[in-house]
Amino acid sequence: MAESICRSLRDGSIEGEHSPALTIKDSLQSHAGTHAFNYFLCSLAANVCAGKSQARGLVIVAFSQSPSFYLSLLKRKGMDASLLAKCLLILDCYSDPLGWKEKIRQSSGPDKPAFKDSDYVCRDVKDITKLLSAILELGKGFTEGRAYFAVAIDSVSSMLKHASLPSIAGFISNLRSHAQVSSMLWLLHADLHEPRSTAVLEYMSSIVASVEPMVEITDGQKGSDNLFWLGRGLQKGRFHVRFKRRNGRVKLFNEEFHIEHTGITFSTPSSENIVVSQTLLPKLQFNLQLSEKERADRSRVLLPFEHQGNGEPIQIYDGRRSLTESNTDLNGLQKHALSVEMEAQRMQSKGEIHYIRDSDDEQPDSDEDPDDDLDI
Amino acid sequence: MNHSPNLLDEALGLTGRGFGGGALSQGRVVLVDDCVETSGAFVLHHLVKRALSPDSGGTVIFIALSHPFSHYDRILRKLGCNLSIHREHNRFHFVDMLKVEFPNEIQKNAVEHGLVDLYSKILKAVEVSSSGDYSRAHISTVIDDLSILEIVAHGSVDHVLDFLHYCITLTSEQDCSLVILNHEDIYPEMEAPRLLSHLIYLADFVIKAEPLVTGIAADVHGQLTVLKKGTFNDSQYTDKASNFHFQVKENGVELFFPGTRC
Repeated sequence: MAESICRSLRDGSIEGEHSPALTIKDSLQSHAGTHAFNYFLCSLAANVCAGKSQARGLVIVAFSQSPSFYLSLLKRKGMDASLLAKCLLILDCYSDPLGWKEKIRQSSGPDKPAFKDSDYVCRDVKDITKLLSAILELGKGFTEGRAYFAVAIDSVSSMLKHASLPSIAGFISNLRSHAQVSSMLWLLHADLHEPRSTAVLEYMSSIVASVEPMVEITDGQKGSDNLFWLGRGLQKGRFHVRFKRRNGRVKLFNEEFHIEHTGITFSTPSSENIVVSQTLLPKLQFNLQLSEKERADRSRVLLPFEHQGNGEPIQIYDGRRSLTESNTDLNGLQKHALSVEMEAQRMQSKGEIHYIRDSDDEQPDSDEDPDDDLDI
Repeated sequence: MNHSPNLLDEALGLTGRGFGGGALSQGRVVLVDDCVETSGAFVLHHLVKRALSPDSGGTVIFIALSHPFSHYDRILRKLGCNLSIHREHNRFHFVDMLKVEFPNEIQKNAVEHGLVDLYSKILKAVEVSSSGDYSRAHISTVIDDLSILEIVAHGSVDHVLDFLHYCITLTSEQDCSLVILNHEDIYPEMEAPRLLSHLIYLADFVIKAEPLVTGIAADVHGQLTVLKKGTFNDSQYTDKASNFHFQVKENGVELFFPGTRC
């Protein structure tokens, strides 16, 4: 499934449609989201560099890692430095997001050398409008005429720390609807925000990929146990993908990921693993599941009223007089009862039970205490 | 005095040989989480001692919010590390933040200004360390403790996180690491502990100091859980969690796996 995500990021947008957007969502229980983000980023960058994708350039908005980290990551993946210089631009929101360094430099005297920074530094990430125009400006750098470019934001969580949800929602939707943006991806740490923030960002993306642990940590496992589980859950987990098509169709996929020396790898879950995760979860003393034989046995049991479905009218006594009986006159009840008795005598061999109510004043399901007029 | 690496050093990867061994590697962020019953301060003392040891030859920038210099001097002296001498030699920079206040009423944005000031002090110390004799040595920034910084910032988590972000940018620009002590049990349970979650996302190592589950014991003071998050920086990916018991002694801390000490 990971390949189809890469493909849809590569193929980009169709004229007159919003560009495909990928949200990668993780949580503290399995914070491999960064690795997944880097995987898709590398694949997109490779496609851009090779000229296979719709986008001719890639803009990385770096919030949580330094630009040099991304450069070395992509070089490690075997990408050519000269090609990267042509196809990749990094907007540095990491080194000096609030302009503190610049402030300190200015206050300590003009003769001080400027801090070593990358070329494109954003010194006020709180100003979302400026950030948007900076990204679009960088995007124009690739393009002669009207070529497309892709945008990757490593993590939207950092943006949400500095700006309000509506402004970021506007920012992302502006980017998505921009004519020159081919595709977008971003990383989100879901448990740092309110559920509504996560939902807003998920609404605005065509693909949501969430990184989940193999075994969910329950509230019962707190303290150091929790941390221990955290350590266990890091190297592999489930990769849950939700594709939203333009016509509204939603496809769900489940995969597993493993983190190895070479990076993150995705695989379809084997049945063996499903069994393992099922047996791992509830360590109960009793059995919740049925075996095949038990299931077959259960289906053979005849429930009390089931036999009445064989063409005959269904008669369920609900404490009141039955429908046929209510049609006859109340006064005729005695007579009716008598005839019933006679009939019963005639057909003794049948062994039926007939019930005749004592009096009609009494409600069939009366809650009244019959002894309440008793004087003790 | 025990110079051989203990379990904590192994878990943190401080067992490097030769020059540079004994200090954290570049870019590492260590979060020490403790609770009322068990103090995690000894982990800080241990890391300071390791960073200043002759093997590693590093420098330490210590941002003290909870105790004065004399307190740390006394403790580290017992551990065999003379902070006063290191201070004279510019290897130990003590940033005294005990009486610091950012009065928001007098000045707008006082918290931010205050934190920028603090950051400029750190930058200055980094400059001094990287220009002196130990210009290529590792710099460890230690914050003791973060919860007080949160109080100083009038409870503004965002400001504290901004400050931490700037401290972390140092670790990627220079040979620098960051050690943070924070308390885990001071956040309301119903509310999502936002700061704590942020810190765990930021940290490469999470060290948790807790009392024993089985109750108080005479010769075991608590347990440490160390979680190492894997990174691809060092061409190999290992993440693991380890758990061991500890006993804090006058001249050091003894660490052992549960049940291995008789």
